[in-house]
Amino acid sequence: MNKLKPNEKLDVHKILEGLENYHPKRRGWVWRDVAPQIIGEFTYQQASPSLKNFVPLPSARNIGNIDPQPDAVITTEIASGRFEDDIRRMRMAAYHGADHIMVIRTAGQSHFDGLLEGTPQGIGGIPVTRKQLRAQRRALDIIEEEVGRPINYHSYVSGVAGPEIAVLFTEEGVSGAHQDPQYNILYRNINAIRSIVDAAESKMIMAYAEMAQIDGAHNANATARDAWKVMPELLVQHIINSKFSEKIGIKKGNICLSTVPPAASPTPDLKLNLPYAVALREFLSDYKMRAQMNTKYMDSSTREATVTHVLNLLVSRLTSADIQSTITPDEGRNVPWHIYNIEALDTAKQAMIGMDDLLSMVNLNNDGYLHDKKREIQERSVLMMEEIIEMGGYFKAVEAGMFVDSGEYPERNSDGISRDINGGVGANTVIERDDDYLAPVTAHYGYNNVGQYNENYKDNPSKLIDGCTFEKPEMIKFIDELDDTDNVYLRMEKTEKYRTGKILKPEVEWLGDGTVVVDLFFPTSSRIAEAAAIETGKKMNLINIEVIYKEILHPSEGTRIQIKGTFDFDIEVDKLVLPEIIKSYSEDEVIDFIKKNPIRVVAGTAGNDEHSVGIREVLDIKHGGVEKYGIKYEYLGTSVPIEKFVDAAIETNSSVIMMSTIISHDDTHYKNMKKLHNYAVEKGVRDKLILIAGGTQVTPEIARKSNMDQGFGRGTKGIHITSFIIDKMREMKNQ
Amino acid sequence: MKERKDDYLVRREHLKKLSDSELRAYFLELSEKIVDPLLELSYKNTTKSIERSVLLRMGFSSIDAKAIVDILNENNLLKKGAGHSVYILSKNKSLSLEKAGKLIQNGDEIEYLLEYFKSHE
Repeated sequence: MNKLKPNEKLDVHKILEGLENYHPKRRGWVWRDVAPQIIGEFTYQQASPSLKNFVPLPSARNIGNIDPQPDAVITTEIASGRFEDDIRRMRMAAYHGADHIMVIRTAGQSHFDGLLEGTPQGIGGIPVTRKQLRAQRRALDIIEEEVGRPINYHSYVSGVAGPEIAVLFTEEGVSGAHQDPQYNILYRNINAIRSIVDAAESKMIMAYAEMAQIDGAHNANATARDAWKVMPELLVQHIINSKFSEKIGIKKGNICLSTVPPAASPTPDLKLNLPYAVALREFLSDYKMRAQMNTKYMDSSTREATVTHVLNLLVSRLTSADIQSTITPDEGRNVPWHIYNIEALDTAKQAMIGMDDLLSMVNLNNDGYLHDKKREIQERSVLMMEEIIEMGGYFKAVEAGMFVDSGEYPERNSDGISRDINGGVGANTVIERDDDYLAPVTAHYGYNNVGQYNENYKDNPSKLIDGCTFEKPEMIKFIDELDDTDNVYLRMEKTEKYRTGKILKPEVEWLGDGTVVVDLFFPTSSRIAEAAAIETGKKMNLINIEVIYKEILHPSEGTRIQIKGTFDFDIEVDKLVLPEIIKSYSEDEVIDFIKKNPIRVVAGTAGNDEHSVGIREVLDIKHGGVEKYGIKYEYLGTSVPIEKFVDAAIETNSSVIMMSTIISHDDTHYKNMKKLHNYAVEKGVRDKLILIAGGTQVTPEIARKSNMDQGFGRGTKGIHITSFIIDKMREMKNQ
Repeated sequence: MKERKDDYLVRREHLKKLSDSELRAYFLELSEKIVDPLLELSYKNTTKSIERSVLLRMGFSSIDAKAIVDILNENNLLKKGAGHSVYILSKNKSLSLEKAGKLIQNGDEIEYLLEYFKSHE
């Protein structure tokens, strides 16, 4: 499997074939080619080249289907528990602009002493193994060719097996990783000394592989009671990991700070978040910014989460972001689903492109509140570091519970996370190296007595063994499966029928999962509405019904409820009645016909409808409308009374009426169509006129049922309408 | 840490006079003081995970690397480096690295290694 075509599905079986001999085509992190882009009539300053294959934003339909790409690398996190299904999601994500795919590890992996192998199913993530990594990297190697942009692949170098994972990642072409011993210590209760010693080796390996490193400081605001109060500490956590990494040898341009705007509306979001963002970027300007979105205050409303995230994107654009990460708006309710990865990516792309070059138009104030607040955060962080040193250093401070205290430093509330220096997972497992200690491999940190065997190999210890896996990938040992009751082959066997293309089932994360969402409103209180919603689901034949969202519109007048459930039926593709394909002739053919048979059209939006974008698109020459092919049109404007269409057609001797009707409330669009037909009959001109209705909610079938000659919906181009008019005129002549 | 009221205004007295860039320079200087001891600690020590990572780079599978490190650790030999034991056995007995690793894993050459390192101290 080498090349993918947009109209062909990616065959996961082929990805798994011959995996034991596959090696990734490159190592290391890739940034976007940042440069101004001219696309159509627009110039984008904070931008990068467009993709070869993509899905543009929905509204691009009216703007020539352009898909401008921002400057920042854009992240999406994908890990449903089944890596084989995640591969399909990665391809969808790449089409929507993701070039940083992050894989979350299964629950508990960070406490596993060693590497996992095979392809067991995960919980809240996937077991990261050599086979899983190799399969996904292989898929991404193909997908990046398809979209025409390198894709960074990313996971976590943490836990009690950090150095081994760093080696594994280097061998398997993983481009970036989270690495921050503070995360181990504070949130995973892994022994502090062990975490630091392991981290040094991990960082050395990551430096060699030129991976981007992302730190773990953002977890402090996810953990602290009032996230905005840990801002001084965040600066401290960032600099500890960054400086440590820099001194080990990771280049500054690959050290990325994971920074989250700590607060979210309804706090005064920007007043809290912007001074912090400026303070951080000023103090740690040597490094890159990985701007992450806020999760701390996420509830189950996807709308609310999206607004919070757009405000976060505003902070990114008002300051800077080298990597813009996304959080799926459903994270507050479930392990992310396909559609929400895509929504989050589109949110980031849309907002960043929309706010392109913002700072050429607005300035951040260098005095007043913004400066004073920024300076205060910075001073508080300096004071905290002074006290850490006074206490006797990092480990003493951890023991004392200095970190993740809910008080804004120097205030202390005595609720910080405290870790015993001799406690935690992996306590007392650090071993002092002897004078003759040796490690005959590349990218090993610390004391290494290579000289005892060969003075010449001091800078190149792996020469002692004639090269290690970093120079000779053929030395890598590939383990296929260890568990014959839990692996990818068994899972794929169970869902194979859905891979044939003949059988379909709705899906949110796993092939054939059957999960659907029903969005409901009940004119009652929330408690009753919830029970009514579940009953509704049952009557719709859903099983495993759960309420996933509840919003009170009014305590007694109404409640919105979203339920999810399993739709346990297969859809047979061969038995489906497919919507008709709209015919279109070649441009030359069309132009030639109209030259010989001039056509006049009257057009406008019907009744009380002011939506004129769509009709202009199919009329104007500029957008490839009917005018382009030689049709002359009379544009009657918006909110045109139905009678006027027919009267104007008679007056201008036009043979076609193009009526746009967007509003579908109370079936207005279909009522308009019937009215247009009836009035033309009344005037005695129906058989001389071609009546066409168009709009986003119009389908050809129902338009024809409503006495139109044809209807056109979403995605219609001028050529489609012109082709239909030609056919219809030929038919009328023959009659 | 003991509860403490916000005394920022008192504590900051000595920082007040610093310009923004001086404050940043001081911040970076303090960070070095915090991380230098961590680097020193890491320079002098090793762990089972580091040693397994060395063996992976030498071409062992994760399963073999784990078994070799476990037996070397039981015999107090990790301080020499797990890769060191494999290297020296392979070199001195003209074995492949893989074969040397297998013998260690099976416990066959532990005595030899203990003897070798003792005689070279």
